[in-house]
Amino acid sequence: MEFFRGVNVNWLGWKWYFLAFSMIFSVAGISKMCWNWSHIGTPVPLSVDFRGGTEVYVQFVNRPDSEAIRKAIDAAGINDARIQNYDDPRLNEVLISLPRQSDESSLDTGRQQIVNALHSHYNNPFNDAGIKVDSVGATVGHQLESQATRAVLWSMLGMLVYLWFRFQLIYGVAAVVACFHDTLITVGAFALFSKEISLTVIAAILTLVGYSMNDTIVVFDRIRENLRLSRREPLPDLVNRSINQTLSRTVLTSGLTFITVLSLYIFGGEVLKGFSFALVVGILIGTYSSIAVAAPMLVAWQEFRSGKGKAALPSAAKRGR
Amino acid sequence: MKQNLKQRIALIVAVLLVFLFGIFRIPEGISGKALLAAMQKQIHLGLDLQGGVHLILQVQVQEAVSDETDSAAARVRDTLKTGGFTYSQVIKPDPNKPELIEIDGTAAEKASDVRSLLDGKFSNEYDLNAGGTENSWTLTMKPVVEKDLEQKTVGQAIETIRDRVDSLGTFEPIIAPYSLGANQILVELPGVSDLDKVKGLIQSTARLEVHAVMGGDGQGFQDEQAALASVNGALPPDQYIVPCQGDMACHGNPNTVYILGRAPVVSGTDFRSADPSTNSNTGGQIVRFTLTDEAGERFWDYTNANVGKYMAIVMGGHAREVAVIKNGIRDTGEIEGSFTESEVTMLSKMLRTGALPASLVFLEDRTVGASLGADSIREGVTAAVVGVLVVMAFMLIYYKSSGINADLALFLNLVILLGFLGFSGATLTLPGIAGVILTIGMGVDSNVLIFERIREEIRAGKAASAAVDQGFANAWRTIVDTHVTTIVSAAMLFLFGTGPVRGFATTLTFGLLANLFTAVYVSRVIFEAHLNKLKPGEMVSI
Repeated sequence: MEFFRGVNVNWLGWKWYFLAFSMIFSVAGISKMCWNWSHIGTPVPLSVDFRGGTEVYVQFVNRPDSEAIRKAIDAAGINDARIQNYDDPRLNEVLISLPRQSDESSLDTGRQQIVNALHSHYNNPFNDAGIKVDSVGATVGHQLESQATRAVLWSMLGMLVYLWFRFQLIYGVAAVVACFHDTLITVGAFALFSKEISLTVIAAILTLVGYSMNDTIVVFDRIRENLRLSRREPLPDLVNRSINQTLSRTVLTSGLTFITVLSLYIFGGEVLKGFSFALVVGILIGTYSSIAVAAPMLVAWQEFRSGKGKAALPSAAKRGR
Repeated sequence: MKQNLKQRIALIVAVLLVFLFGIFRIPEGISGKALLAAMQKQIHLGLDLQGGVHLILQVQVQEAVSDETDSAAARVRDTLKTGGFTYSQVIKPDPNKPELIEIDGTAAEKASDVRSLLDGKFSNEYDLNAGGTENSWTLTMKPVVEKDLEQKTVGQAIETIRDRVDSLGTFEPIIAPYSLGANQILVELPGVSDLDKVKGLIQSTARLEVHAVMGGDGQGFQDEQAALASVNGALPPDQYIVPCQGDMACHGNPNTVYILGRAPVVSGTDFRSADPSTNSNTGGQIVRFTLTDEAGERFWDYTNANVGKYMAIVMGGHAREVAVIKNGIRDTGEIEGSFTESEVTMLSKMLRTGALPASLVFLEDRTVGASLGADSIREGVTAAVVGVLVVMAFMLIYYKSSGINADLALFLNLVILLGFLGFSGATLTLPGIAGVILTIGMGVDSNVLIFERIREEIRAGKAASAAVDQGFANAWRTIVDTHVTTIVSAAMLFLFGTGPVRGFATTLTFGLLANLFTAVYVSRVIFEAHLNKLKPGEMVSI
């Protein structure tokens, strides 16, 4: 059984459509992020890991009534609480969020107040032991944010240097640009659909960066091999051919990985929702970017350089074994 | 060739066994339950999977610095007094700068003498400078010394917390410096659900006291009756009977009791530090301790008057250790009482951890209810298993018999990865599982790369053996590039990240290394075995 025998698509011919597609989604994502910034203070909704605050997850025996819960909490003098139903309605679970306290010593009072308020004013039993509480002070949230960002930037730099060494600088740059593109669109998706970014979502983003890089390198590797074999072929044709040759593998791997993360999204439960959403979007965009962003960038660079009378790319072929 | 092949297969089986051992060690039995239990002991689950309590505390180290400079200021006063120099005051002018001591009002004509005196006594730890006004001086704690003190304070706080948490009987608590911020401590207690109890326990000032031994001397009484008999049944109101705890006080008899003075001579907050050491004269094991200045005065009065008598260290209402007073002790002293080396270490720890060196502020606390944790594991595992099974089935359909190679390689990959986790004792968290997913993805990718290449070579007309050779050779380059790039990225994440990000980087690196082995070496061996069985001219099923 074989899917892609003898495919011959002119991928680079579509580059303006690809550019338009990427621009539309990037701009949509960025504008939503700006809108978010002015309305909620951060470009993307942040989970309690990063923004600080208290989140109490309570599972009730009977179906919870948000209004009654809100009255109970108000009665205890807690304002600014946000109440929402959580996960599968059959689980009767509710998420109560309090905003960040400026003073760290009051970190614990929020949780205790909520539990007491519910016990005294709301007549719906719940299991104390099953309560999940996250209280994050301002300091830690902020530290985490800056540290996670720094780690990701360093890792991208590391990859760029390695690719520079194995191929040529433009390959490294193109690959990293493709990764940035993927991250931007994925984070934009979170902004557009108003989904929260938590620490596990950051892990998912790291995964998709790795995946996108993997995909891009496979295409680059084929380009490098073909460059070595046929010096005369015009670059756009060679790149197209390389993509077509690897298409079978690309669709297969992406398809299979996509099925796995889709299964995770559908069956994996509420806690993993943000995580699996990032992966679902990320795998698609990661595959897309190798063909639509990285490859055209290589060709554009070559054409720019040869416009100056210099053939830049073939020297990459000398570096690979 | 066949011999070589047999050796290679043996190697692969050996690797499989080694890593299975890493996952299960020696399980009780082969049943599903026994295996699961064995695996749970080896592979540690993070809090987000297991449920438990997660705390981040900040040690207020400036309090420790302040304590230290307080006692230094007292020493300055003493030094100036005994040297016969006048001064108007020795103060700490700025509460926000606890490392700074100011000395005012020294005699102008004695300036150089004052300088050399203070320099001589304090230059190890403080920098002496002329103060802002006439005839005044400042002593500033050296930054190196301050840093050292801060680290020591955090270390002491960790030990104290560990001791207290131990009483909860938690399996595998994590109490460690939190590398994100300065002077922060991470506490993770899997399986514990009562957050308030834990916080109370950690923050409480445990009661450790030194009491005078009034009756029973070093050995104590056999039991309570014997103790009462020694005072004819009438215990004075300022004494009380204290049971023993632990070998050092009980001497093998759990009913041993002592009669102690009710009021403590010294209590927990009076100890500044305690370290194990050896007596240079007798070679015996001793504990060197320091008390705060004020406590030192009290202790001096007491010990001077009671040389040759015994004192008991009481913790949590039990006598833990009884020792003889050898000489007057002010604020530094030694406790000697025929200890072994392990006993002094333990005793020092007990003295040190009796009190928190500085107060703790909670920066973050989370509880994951055990039931919620178990749910997310179950759902995640189900989804992952479904995904992997679909992938495996697909490989069989698409690549026919060669699909088995890929499936075996994938299975072995997971075994090696879990085995790595078991051996290294690393903790598996949700981000770690993300790393596993990426590994599976890249594992599948490697196999697909190789197989597609082999198909290409077959299409180009090569014979079975040559096609396999070329396929592997070509794909190897790509696989090396993708894997090394990702490992470089994981290394950066590990270096610059903490906690969850590190967990991700760790599982990813292990998985990729395993993949390099399985997708190339193992898969190749299986192909060779298969090729050996082919008749000449027959093609591989791919």
